[in-house]
Amino acid sequence: MGQSLEYLKETPSQTAGPYVHIGLAPGAAGFDIYDQELGKDIIGPHAKGERIRVEGLVIDGTGNPIKDVMLETWQANADGNYAHPESGPVEDGFRGWGRIITDFKTGEWGFDTIKPGAVMGRDGRMMAPHISLWIVARGINIGLNTRLYFDDETEANAADPVLNLIEWENRRPTLVAKRTERDGRPVYRFDIRIQGEDETVFFDI
Amino acid sequence: MKPAEFYQRDHDRHPAAYTPGYKTSVARSPRLALISLQQSASEITGPVFGHDDLGELDHDLIRNYASDGDPIGERIILHGRVLDENARPVPNTLLEVWQANSGGRYRHRNDTYLAPVDPNFGGCGRTMTDAQGYYFFRTVKPGAYPWRNNVNSWRPAHIHVSVFGTSFSQRLITQLYFEGDPMIPLCPIVQTIADPDAIDQLTAKLDMNATIPLDSVAYRFDIVLRGRRSTLFENRLEGN
Repeated sequence: MGQSLEYLKETPSQTAGPYVHIGLAPGAAGFDIYDQELGKDIIGPHAKGERIRVEGLVIDGTGNPIKDVMLETWQANADGNYAHPESGPVEDGFRGWGRIITDFKTGEWGFDTIKPGAVMGRDGRMMAPHISLWIVARGINIGLNTRLYFDDETEANAADPVLNLIEWENRRPTLVAKRTERDGRPVYRFDIRIQGEDETVFFDI
Repeated sequence: MKPAEFYQRDHDRHPAAYTPGYKTSVARSPRLALISLQQSASEITGPVFGHDDLGELDHDLIRNYASDGDPIGERIILHGRVLDENARPVPNTLLEVWQANSGGRYRHRNDTYLAPVDPNFGGCGRTMTDAQGYYFFRTVKPGAYPWRNNVNSWRPAHIHVSVFGTSFSQRLITQLYFEGDPMIPLCPIVQTIADPDAIDQLTAKLDMNATIPLDSVAYRFDIVLRGRRSTLFENRLEGN
């Protein structure tokens, strides 16, 4: 008999269900219970960098917006550092993580943050500025990972090692948010299509 | 040795995205394959939380929303450890739970089930694991409830669990079920998982040794997050 390898197995995923807000954003569920809900302030008061807003919809395979979705965001600061012991340093109060709830009537979501800096990738290759997103909802059995890039970073995007990993070049634009302005403020539009035409690229990270 | 990437996720243990028995998944599942990434700093880092983020009663669902008495229902303790696939404890990680009350009704503006809300029960809690990866909650056992999948579909009693680990690639949301519940094999959401052993991993076990006599029944639920490779020869992750 050979040697056996003893590893535990990762706990299987299950859908977050329709009432994910109770646990993770009780205010959205309709009641206040915690002194502070987590994930509302992504960057803190001292963050350097350009203030931006990011907005979008998550659209299902029938073309309808998903109205009970929860997104989490993870990003570096303007210097390309993450608020984590294996990265950093970052400004005081910069967490880099956010939790975003869609509007129950329209499915629109949005968050305020700063535009992240480029992050060092593998093998010394710089990654273009990006925000990692994680999407859970009723009907989604395991959270979907994707990345949001910025359409005004043409040169950096063209050299980005992750975007270049996508062999179908016509799928790369599904990860690029479009810059507009509202009241003089930059707003990036990022609609996520779960299924069908122009399906957003999702990653196994 | 420097820790490097997390082990590849074993998708055969997880539910597929498209599981037609669970109807909502049909239009909410990508049709194209996931693109697998070798991890970078964006994947091996993740948010860090501290005890300052939490309130004193956040882990006690019997008391954290009570106004004029205790919630009605079976008093239970839910406890266990968060480990990685190498069986190492995951310390100081945030766990969040949410659930229906003992009648199967959620305190959520969108839940219209006829069972009443409990005025003394909110249904959410959160805590951080200790240095050994240990956690505990106190709550009431949730009831089963109906949902519009097939017309007579019922969810087994369950508690939703969210856990972070130390990296964005370990982020996990799941549901725990209770040992012996006859609705487990009938549930289309449970059955999105093909492997019976993986379903068993989601089933909290009655733990008489942790049960508090004349007070609360205990259930044990250990959570396993992805493990991490040690770099034996080289680490090109960060550009060396």
